[in-house]
Amino acid sequence: MNENSASSGARTVLTGDDIERVLTRVAFEIIEANKGIEDLVLLGIPRRGFPLAQRLAARIAASADTPIDPASLVGQLDITLYRDDLRHSTTRTPEPTKLPAGGIDGKVVVLVDDVLYSGRTIRAALDALSDWGRPRIVRLAVLVDRGHRELPIRADHVGKNLPTAKSEKVRVHLAEIDGTNEVMIEAAE
Amino acid sequence: MNYLIQQARILGSEPQDVLIADGRIAQLGSIEPGADTQVVDGRGLVLLPGMVDPHTHLREPGREDAETVETGTRAAARGGYTAVHAMANSTPVADTAGVVEQVYELGRKAGWVDVRPVGAVTVGLEGKQLSEIGAMADSRAQVKMFSDDGICVADPLLMRRALEYVKAFDGVIAQHAQEPRLTEGAQMNEGEVSSVLGLPGWPAVAEESIIARDVLLAEHVGARLHVCHVSTAGSVEIIRWAKARGIQVTAEVTPHHLLLTDEKVRTFDPVFKVNPPLRRQEDVMALRAAVADGTIDVIGTDHAPHPAESKECEWGAAAMGMTGLETALSIVQHTLVDTGLLTWEDVARITSATPARIGRVADQGRPIAVGEPANLVLVDPDARWIVDPYAMATKGRNSPFAGMELPGSVRATFFHGHPTVLDGQLATPRPADA
Amino acid sequence: MKHLLSTADLTRAEAVQILDIAGEMREAGTRVVKKLPALRGRTVVNLFFEDSTRTRISFEAAAKRLSADVINFSAKGSSVSKGESLKDTAQTLLAIGADAVVIRHPDSGAPARLAATDWINLPIINAGDGTHEHPTQALLDAFTLRRQLALRDGVSATGLGLDGLKVAIVGDILHSRVARSNLWLLNTLGASVTMVAPPTLLPVGAEAWPCAISYDLDEVIADGVDALMMLRVQGERMNAAYFPNPREYSRYWGLDDARLAALDAAGAETLIMHPGPMNRGLEISSAAADSPRSTVLDQVTNGVAVRMASLYMLLSGDLI
Repeated sequence: MNENSASSGARTVLTGDDIERVLTRVAFEIIEANKGIEDLVLLGIPRRGFPLAQRLAARIAASADTPIDPASLVGQLDITLYRDDLRHSTTRTPEPTKLPAGGIDGKVVVLVDDVLYSGRTIRAALDALSDWGRPRIVRLAVLVDRGHRELPIRADHVGKNLPTAKSEKVRVHLAEIDGTNEVMIEAAE
Repeated sequence: MNYLIQQARILGSEPQDVLIADGRIAQLGSIEPGADTQVVDGRGLVLLPGMVDPHTHLREPGREDAETVETGTRAAARGGYTAVHAMANSTPVADTAGVVEQVYELGRKAGWVDVRPVGAVTVGLEGKQLSEIGAMADSRAQVKMFSDDGICVADPLLMRRALEYVKAFDGVIAQHAQEPRLTEGAQMNEGEVSSVLGLPGWPAVAEESIIARDVLLAEHVGARLHVCHVSTAGSVEIIRWAKARGIQVTAEVTPHHLLLTDEKVRTFDPVFKVNPPLRRQEDVMALRAAVADGTIDVIGTDHAPHPAESKECEWGAAAMGMTGLETALSIVQHTLVDTGLLTWEDVARITSATPARIGRVADQGRPIAVGEPANLVLVDPDARWIVDPYAMATKGRNSPFAGMELPGSVRATFFHGHPTVLDGQLATPRPADA
Repeated sequence: MKHLLSTADLTRAEAVQILDIAGEMREAGTRVVKKLPALRGRTVVNLFFEDSTRTRISFEAAAKRLSADVINFSAKGSSVSKGESLKDTAQTLLAIGADAVVIRHPDSGAPARLAATDWINLPIINAGDGTHEHPTQALLDAFTLRRQLALRDGVSATGLGLDGLKVAIVGDILHSRVARSNLWLLNTLGASVTMVAPPTLLPVGAEAWPCAISYDLDEVIADGVDALMMLRVQGERMNAAYFPNPREYSRYWGLDDARLAALDAAGAETLIMHPGPMNRGLEISSAAADSPRSTVLDQVTNGVAVRMASLYMLLSGDLI
């Protein structure tokens, strides 16, 4: 889903500028929903959820009345070993889970991912989260919601709702990982 | 019934016809088929004297689940043999006239090949006391070869006595050369492969040191020594030296030691577990050269059938041994004839004439000439076949050549003029009263 | 990866991946909730034909931390001691519903045999076979080395090999499955190995191994070495004349206090490793075993992580 070179059938649905704008909006939504930045923790789901969480954290920290370190808001939550498809894909190497120094107990955790699709990743993330601690509230922020849910899961903050056919592929490129910023839809081959 | 083999190449020479009548070769040359004569098409085939195996394990009495005299001799006939020496390590051990006569009788009644029992050198193969060598020699089984095969006669004094004693009966001691202390717990050839696999090693020196000792003992007492299944380049050197010195020593090599190496053990498949073990490629090449230059005299199969459960297990728990009667001639062709080391005449010498002479087997290993007993094998050297242990006559499925494509197939075997194999298939045994 | 039978079968990429996964597994082991759901509902059988409480417990902990069910099968006092074959035992396990088999066996090659036959079609992990291999021990040794060096150098261990590292393996090489598995893995990861032993405890054929061979431990220490792996000397070897007596053995090939002092005096950063259980006073002195250089307990901790990674590797991914 995340190849660097887009094939000829790909069309861009979000440019780099679009992504920046969308993230700014989502950051404000998160602050609004939380009524401030108190107890807020953003946990990105590897791989592209983490740079998105970092970008959101930077915006949220910048909006604070007193200056805070965005790194204190953000972490990474690996879900590899909580997936329900371990037997059906090639062996995945887990990524490190890194929690902010304050931990997650009693916090408002916002899970951050690039694309919301079947909902299975978020199901795994909720399981993983409970093994690390007990947040007061868990919310979900995604850059793109492409529909086709297979579980009763919805996002609290959506950058862009993207109607897709199941056969299509959504590719998210982020500079931190891919060198460029854009979201594309690719037709099935 | 008379048989006329048409246009066969005797020992690989120009084609001619061979008429078999009354169990003997009646005529050679260009022959018209007469009445009551079955014609066997020999075009493109090589005619050899029936093979004589100096080293077969027929397992009966005692391990009829592994092989019987009946099934083992069927396998022999199918492989082109007309005589086999049945090793003594049965249960009970063939260390009395009674047991060797039993085996001899079973062989005679089976009617597929001449069964020549080998007598044990020591009572119960225990290496302590000489068995009744004289009684076995004078029995109906006419035992001439004595061996504790499977176990080495390790005690040097006992070996000396055995070598001396058999002189009185024109016998020969066939030694399984394996120094026991150097091979305690041994599982495979000791060398590079064993060092990687962590299997206890069976060093070449354990064979060579016994052969060196035994040839010196044979020289000292002026006796005949036969060395079973020589497996190392070093053993070849010692035997070559002994022969040059005029010592009465003969040596045998198995087909599997002429082809396979200890690299096979990397599979941990116990079908490759055998004693002596498969050695290195250098040893294989030295053994072939030794057959070519006459240092090694004969091919002995060391046919050692085992029931499935003895091999369907981990390496350490598995029994040692491989079947060989039905693949021997193909392996000889593949390793010695097709490589240009031997002619078919040489093959006749190492598979028939010399083993018959070592075992003093009358009517076997004779020249293909008018008046001689018709113990013959007709081979198609151009045939190629894939070894399928389940299609064999032996009960043992433990062929290390399973799945390999080999050259040469036995088209017919004549045992005292009676076809035990015809058209490449087992025919009928020779009636016991014939 | 279908089986883990020998470290010789591992590519560098595979070996590094196992170590990387083990790194994450080790971190999970530091949480309050140590359990991971990755192998929930799967059944791992520990098939032990040879007593080894340490290895069995380590595999058991590994499987349980991944939420697998564990069945421990000990050959002692079972039908195996009454003559049941490896084949029948294995097929019984399959019928019980095992998903993977961890096997310890006194015969070299028994796990490979199980993997090669059609008796069962399950992933096999070799937990030590005769004097052949003990791949998870080598992996945990490599993991320990890699982690210690990364900590020392203040870098992340993830993705690293052991390039340029000098490791001496000392003791009963002849009978050591640990030595063999380490030899292949250390080579694959870029380390150089010296085997140090009395000549009687080096196998004939080892001269072809990709390592240096020495009879002189002091010389090897003096040349500088990043890690000394001391091997256990089995009691029964003493009765088989491999060396005159334990005192002479430890004088020449033991890591005694004098050699420990030599390391300290040279200011070397040499790590001291031992697969356990140790014979204190024979191949290793108490002072050496308990010194800050010793990774013995770290090795035990890492053993669980490496075995978790191994089980995860075999039981995730595309199955046939």
